[in-house]
Amino acid sequence: MSEHVDKGRRQLLTAATVVTGAVGAAFAAAPFLASWKPSARAKALGAPVEIDISKLEVGAMLKVEWRGKPVWVLRRTPEMIEGLAAVDGQLADPASEASDQPDYARNEARAVRPEYLVVLGVCTHLGCAPLSRFTPGDAELGADWPGGFYCPCHGSKFDLAGRVYKGVPAPTNLAIPPYAFVDDNHILVGQDQSRAA
Amino acid sequence: MANASSNAAGEGGRMKALMGWIDDRFPLTQMWNEQWGKYYAPKNLNTWYYFGSLSLFVLVIQIVTGIFLTMNYKPSAAEAFGSVEYIMRDVEWGWLVRYLHSTGASAFFLVVYLHMFRAMLYGSYRKPRELLWIFGMVIYLVLMGEAFFGYLLPWGNMSYWGAQVIVSLFGTLPVIGSGLVEWIRGDFYISDITLNRFFALHVIALPLVLVFLVVAHLLALHEVGSNNPDGIEVKKNKGPDGHPVDSIPSHPYYSVKDLMGLAFFLVLFLGVVFFAPALGGLFLEAPNFEPANPMQTPAHIAPVWYFTPFYAMLRAVPAFFGTQVWGVLVMGGAIVLLFFLPWLDRAPVKSIRYRGPIYKVALAVFVVVFVMLGYCGLKPAVEPFKTMSVLGTIYYFAFFLLMPWYTRIDSYKAEPQRVTYHAH
Repeated sequence: MSEHVDKGRRQLLTAATVVTGAVGAAFAAAPFLASWKPSARAKALGAPVEIDISKLEVGAMLKVEWRGKPVWVLRRTPEMIEGLAAVDGQLADPASEASDQPDYARNEARAVRPEYLVVLGVCTHLGCAPLSRFTPGDAELGADWPGGFYCPCHGSKFDLAGRVYKGVPAPTNLAIPPYAFVDDNHILVGQDQSRAA
Repeated sequence: MANASSNAAGEGGRMKALMGWIDDRFPLTQMWNEQWGKYYAPKNLNTWYYFGSLSLFVLVIQIVTGIFLTMNYKPSAAEAFGSVEYIMRDVEWGWLVRYLHSTGASAFFLVVYLHMFRAMLYGSYRKPRELLWIFGMVIYLVLMGEAFFGYLLPWGNMSYWGAQVIVSLFGTLPVIGSGLVEWIRGDFYISDITLNRFFALHVIALPLVLVFLVVAHLLALHEVGSNNPDGIEVKKNKGPDGHPVDSIPSHPYYSVKDLMGLAFFLVLFLGVVFFAPALGGLFLEAPNFEPANPMQTPAHIAPVWYFTPFYAMLRAVPAFFGTQVWGVLVMGGAIVLLFFLPWLDRAPVKSIRYRGPIYKVALAVFVVVFVMLGYCGLKPAVEPFKTMSVLGTIYYFAFFLLMPWYTRIDSYKAEPQRVTYHAH
């Protein structure tokens, strides 16, 4: 009765069972893995935010929160905007080719309107918040410092358009979030320029 | 008198009967004998051999204090920081439970590092203990995860930004990076959702894995047998009773010895718990005494001391080709290399006692470099720490990658037939 064992058949059946079981396990695992994705509530809370810039003075910076990240709006002085070209040679990515920004902010001033820099205050190295060091010749950063942002965690430096200097840990310029001017006094962060217009 | 002694015999008899009853249904006596009671270990184990049993003891401290902390801790962004303050101020003896847990975390890494160094001194990772070493390395990895997840829970500002930095490491991976980070956080930033899942991982998922791995580590140890400071295999020389002539049963000999070590450890450990629980910012960092603030980075982010050697390596590598994944790879590689130690070491002997000058110097410099990297990791990324980190990282990798070569050309002394042992 049990004298002849069909080993080939037995192996095939074992293999088929293992494969079927593995597929079942993968399907069973999927909901658990997917439960780690941002929930519906998290996505809703990540909706665009509107910023009122009517009271922002020239040379001053406003910080707001969008998706838990600091968004900075810097109203640049004419001198600040003029000075941007002067530091090009010291920058790692002066034309923002390898950096993260919407197409409408890929220009010298990295802005829709050069007067307003809208940038994520998150260092592209490991996510720290860089500090404002707008005064040229800052005591800590040396007499040749032209003004910009400085990350206290690992020493990355950025200019007044959030562009990263050479030889620092941060690989790319500070990211520009999608944003749009609703009117002259309001910016909507989290929504693209073309869609708001 | 006669009555009393017959009573005692009766007690003993009943005890024996109870054990017999259990042993017929569960291998209790057998397990005790195999794992400890009649586990024969070399008789020349020295001070370095305390750190294994001490790690086990600290694991128990962490589990017990951890259970009591969860009874008052609230894993939500709104309440976490306040609930830790509540434990510290309002819960009876809450401060003690929390300081035991926070000091226990640092003590855990301290004894594990010393335990690992012991293995490097006496070649305990060498054949036939490769798998024992690998189990140990996995325990070390899980322990790092456990420490990292636990560090977010107090929801202090350093907790927050530390988690931010470490989670961002995964974002440097090409293609999948940003999606992976979002998946780990469950949100677009480190939020209440992230805290909640880190709590689950810290209090149940990883501790379960850890306990399982510790059991595997001990089973593997008791299967192959302990190494010893002479690095010779005592099992090659067995007496008429079938046990190695140079070995003694763990109970009572090593039970008593380990209790002695435990007493010394507790003096130091409780000294920190009672008199310097923050240990000058080394065990509890100052920025963590203010609540998490996503808008405000602490002036200087440094992980807790036990991660700083690897953190220094991360920072030592600059970004190039438009990505800073290289630093992450170097940091990961530094830990992966340790797994391969059993095969990188080609020395004909195990113990440092019979090794030549090259390895002795290399290991001594390695210890200095590792401590130096740890120190650099605590400091801001400025000179001279940047250069020191780069040099330290290069030495760390050279120590391991050149090991197959320098352990082969080194000179060696002959190993003894019997372990070196001086009776007291």
